[in-house]
Amino acid sequence: MNHGKALSEHDKAARRRTIKKNLIAYSFIAPNFIGFCVITLVPMFFALVLAFFEWDGVHQMQFLGFGNFRRLFQDRMFKAAFVNTIVYSAVTVPVTMVFSLAMALLLNQNVKGRNFFRTLGFFPYVASLVAVAAVWNFIFNPSMGPVNMMLSRLGVENPPRWAAGKNTAMLTVIMFSVWKNMGYYMVIYLAGLQGINQELYEAAQLDGANTWQLFRHVTLPQLRPTTFFVVVMLTIASFKVYDQVYMITEGGPGTATLTLVYHVYNEAFVGSPEFGYASSIALVLLVLVLAITMVQFRGSTGTAE
Amino acid sequence: MKKKKFRISRIFIYAALILMAFITLVPFAWMLSASLKMNKDVFTFPVQWIPENPRWENYVEIWQKIPLLTFVKNTFKLTIIVTFLQLLTSSFAAYAFAKLEFKGRKTLFIAYIATIAVPWQAYMVPQYMMLTSWNLRNTHTAIILLQAFSAFGVFLMKQFYENVPTSLCEAARIDGLSEYGIWAKIMLPLSRPAVSTLLIFTFVNTWNDFLGPLIYLTAERKKTIQIGLRMFIGQYSSEYGLIMAGSVLALIPVLIVFLSLQKYFVQGIATTGLKG
Repeated sequence: MNHGKALSEHDKAARRRTIKKNLIAYSFIAPNFIGFCVITLVPMFFALVLAFFEWDGVHQMQFLGFGNFRRLFQDRMFKAAFVNTIVYSAVTVPVTMVFSLAMALLLNQNVKGRNFFRTLGFFPYVASLVAVAAVWNFIFNPSMGPVNMMLSRLGVENPPRWAAGKNTAMLTVIMFSVWKNMGYYMVIYLAGLQGINQELYEAAQLDGANTWQLFRHVTLPQLRPTTFFVVVMLTIASFKVYDQVYMITEGGPGTATLTLVYHVYNEAFVGSPEFGYASSIALVLLVLVLAITMVQFRGSTGTAE
Repeated sequence: MKKKKFRISRIFIYAALILMAFITLVPFAWMLSASLKMNKDVFTFPVQWIPENPRWENYVEIWQKIPLLTFVKNTFKLTIIVTFLQLLTSSFAAYAFAKLEFKGRKTLFIAYIATIAVPWQAYMVPQYMMLTSWNLRNTHTAIILLQAFSAFGVFLMKQFYENVPTSLCEAARIDGLSEYGIWAKIMLPLSRPAVSTLLIFTFVNTWNDFLGPLIYLTAERKKTIQIGLRMFIGQYSSEYGLIMAGSVLALIPVLIVFLSLQKYFVQGIATTGLKG
């Protein structure tokens, strides 16, 4: 009896300690989590709901069921945006990856001024988009820009019209994006390269491996987790492209560079607002991104080890 | 023989480096050079890299043509508040996720991680409606709320804190330090590289943010430098020299923050396991 009472006293004390421990932990998380819930989780949930309604922000919301999605199928702008986004991502992701890996390999060598070059390589990423897009537009200006001036000096008769040309607009946006962002992925690759055990290289060299074989059989496999991370981040970033397009081509000419997020923005914030319809486009974007991320996840865990 | 091969590969490496530096640097060099030219001289070809008579007035006029001072002040205010809140709340939450045992730790953390894959653009519309219904349109509060509580910050700091030996925390607990004390006196001072990395990211993202301010800030006196500069480009598209002067000005604060913290940067990314 006495013993049992002591035990429950003990239990209570332990319980109080756990509760106190939990409360302390929650107090650490609360400032960020409350903000995160209100600003991110709640709207995320609403985005799912809103896609099934019609709403202009003024009148009553109207339930449409799958009406918005049926409308998507007939919307030629949506179709163009969808295709453009896929094309943009399909080119930008591998090209950025190759360039950033090449830069990282280069800057992982023991070269003079290495830190200077690293800083330089990263700078376009942190530079203001509005500013660098403005320069880009001047440099690639079809009639006066130095790039086309040089091309015509070199004897090119009809130099490309870059952002103004129907067939070159997307190319111009992609080139700009690769230039702007490769420095970021370069730094991630650099961190990955520095994590590779040097003994692996020494062992392979003893076996008589040449530079290419070292790269192919040591560097690349060792970098697989890094590459996975880079590809996922790049894919997510590519699917939500908007700013670059807005500043280089404004989505044109015609619908040549209209992207999904551009279409969302236009439907929700330009002219008469269609919040419900915009949300249904955003939902397509979300499903697309999640599906691709999931496939990449499968692929990476499937082939590793 | 071996030496010769070595020398050839060196030459190749330096050639590639110079090419890389050229591609990276040329747009910035052109920007700087054009910012000191008269409009009619901006597009002369071959490019005159160092203007004969630098037109410094461009850097004066840009402040008069648009309320640049207001834009700069607004952007500084937003960037400083967001960066401070982000660093404080993320490192606070990250400490609990990395070093404390509590109920629901896993579930809560998954809630954070899952949202990293969700593009903000997918829910910006309902978020906009929510914040406007609280009368936050054309307020800086909206932008601060938008930027200050990211899952990314918590994730980054947590990865770093996990590499700090738990025995350090335990020793401090035995010495009678509270959890808040451990966070302030042990974790924060140790996490310089991670804090610097997050600081660069947050500062740069907030300073350069475009779509957020574009949607929320339509009143001129509330605008940030990015929106202001873009507005100027839209209105005076042929004021080449002034556009470039404004662009140079918009780059400077980021350049300063980045250069002063960059030595922590690669280290920060490496140790936080951002590499995956």
